[in-house]
Amino acid sequence: MIKLNFKRQMHTPQGKEWLDIDLNIEQGGFVTLYGASGAGKTTFLRILAGLTQPQEGYIEVDGEVWFDSRKGINRVAQQRKTGFVFQENNLFPNMTVRENIEYACRDNNGRSSIDEWIITMGLKGMGGQKPDKISGGQKQRVALIRALISQPKILLLDEPLSDLDTHSRLNLQDEIIKVYQKTGITTILVSHDLSEVFKLSKKVFVIEQGKIGRSGSPQEVFVNNDLSGKFKFTGEIMEIHGDGVLNIVTLSIGNHVTRVVASDEEIAGLAIGAKVIVAAKAFNPLILKA
Amino acid sequence: MHDDLQPLLLTFQLALTVTAILFVIGVPLAYWITFSKNRFKYIAETLVSMPLVLPPTVIGFYLLIVFSPQHFLGHFLESFLGVRVVFSFTGLVIGSVLFSLPFMVNPIKAGLQNFPMSLIEASYCLGKSPWETLCRVILPNIKPAILTGIVMAFAHTIGEFGVVLMIGGNIPGETRLASIAIYNEVEALNYDTAGLYALVLVLISFFILLVFYYLNRKPLNIF
Repeated sequence: MIKLNFKRQMHTPQGKEWLDIDLNIEQGGFVTLYGASGAGKTTFLRILAGLTQPQEGYIEVDGEVWFDSRKGINRVAQQRKTGFVFQENNLFPNMTVRENIEYACRDNNGRSSIDEWIITMGLKGMGGQKPDKISGGQKQRVALIRALISQPKILLLDEPLSDLDTHSRLNLQDEIIKVYQKTGITTILVSHDLSEVFKLSKKVFVIEQGKIGRSGSPQEVFVNNDLSGKFKFTGEIMEIHGDGVLNIVTLSIGNHVTRVVASDEEIAGLAIGAKVIVAAKAFNPLILKA
Repeated sequence: MHDDLQPLLLTFQLALTVTAILFVIGVPLAYWITFSKNRFKYIAETLVSMPLVLPPTVIGFYLLIVFSPQHFLGHFLESFLGVRVVFSFTGLVIGSVLFSLPFMVNPIKAGLQNFPMSLIEASYCLGKSPWETLCRVILPNIKPAILTGIVMAFAHTIGEFGVVLMIGGNIPGETRLASIAIYNEVEALNYDTAGLYALVLVLISFFILLVFYYLNRKPLNIF
């Protein structure tokens, strides 16, 4: 069980704001932190990893106290055993792929599993390459192996897929699921991509105005209870075109672009770039052989 | 011929010694100046950079006073440790280390300041100590800055005149460096020997800088 209860002041464009967190995370769970840019998601992970210090609070992981402002306990990052995968991968440019992974090994056990990880993650033959010679998706795979091989207690993923193209992103999402199933490690993913949240996590915490607002399964949090759709997708609005009678909304869903007719009420408050759920209620879709 | 070569050999012996000492001092000092949260560190920065603006003779003058046997430190070193600093090779090393300090520290400091903090944090999260992070992550990635520091310190020590003349004097085989020997030979109207020393210094300085710029011809942006 991970117990988190801390406060930290953040400097946002709107002025000073408190990040005030109080939540528990099950051992071995896969949870997502969802929230707008600047909501404090990354600060949350940094505080957990020991890279940023909260003003006050208490952090306990598997019965070990990592931070307690009252007792003056503050374990440094080196003693916390978190596997941090950063948005910008942070591979060491002077080391090859293999050396990056080896650097993270804490013992010979880890060293003997390097080859297996390299093959599992589709990086066979790339061990001798420097990070600047491999693609963005491959870099994040290396960063993921590097974090895992250091035998962390928690895996922290700070929007590791946000800089990747759709194809690489979908592939790496599958890899993350595979890794989680293989290791069963407690994983906290930070994301602002709804489709990613739905695909990867069983539980999502939404950070709003510095606090954990809603939480639950992605379905519970993001889909209105009164919506009993037969099928649903999450997508992003690319264009809203209205001619006074009908509104045509162009959406990007996964790799596809589609158009949906919407009423004035439906599009009220929506703008280009908004994340939405597209659900069909009244008809049964056709299934045709592709 | 042997006597003619001596100032040159002594100059390179001094430059090598000083560069080695400066590397050992310069890396930790630059690291401390860059990463320390001490609010008085700007005083250390100022002291390190003082030789850039002071006339060399000023530093030489103070060193001469401090280390002279008539004063406490010089007296202590000579009577208890048997070390004479003024008018000796040791004095040349001390004077040159102080005078070339900014040439080693400032480039390394610039390299450290431009080094992404996120890579250091990544290393810490993998359980690595600041020392291991410095040796295996930071230093290998700021090689151009370190090389600049080494070359500048070496070249600057070769070209030093004022400080070494003040504290070292002009003792053949002990403190007479090439730059002082040139002055000496010109005074004695031996233009041929002075010209030889001058030419050797020009050629060596040229080739050191040539190799340096050749090695750094690639853009320094390594990330």
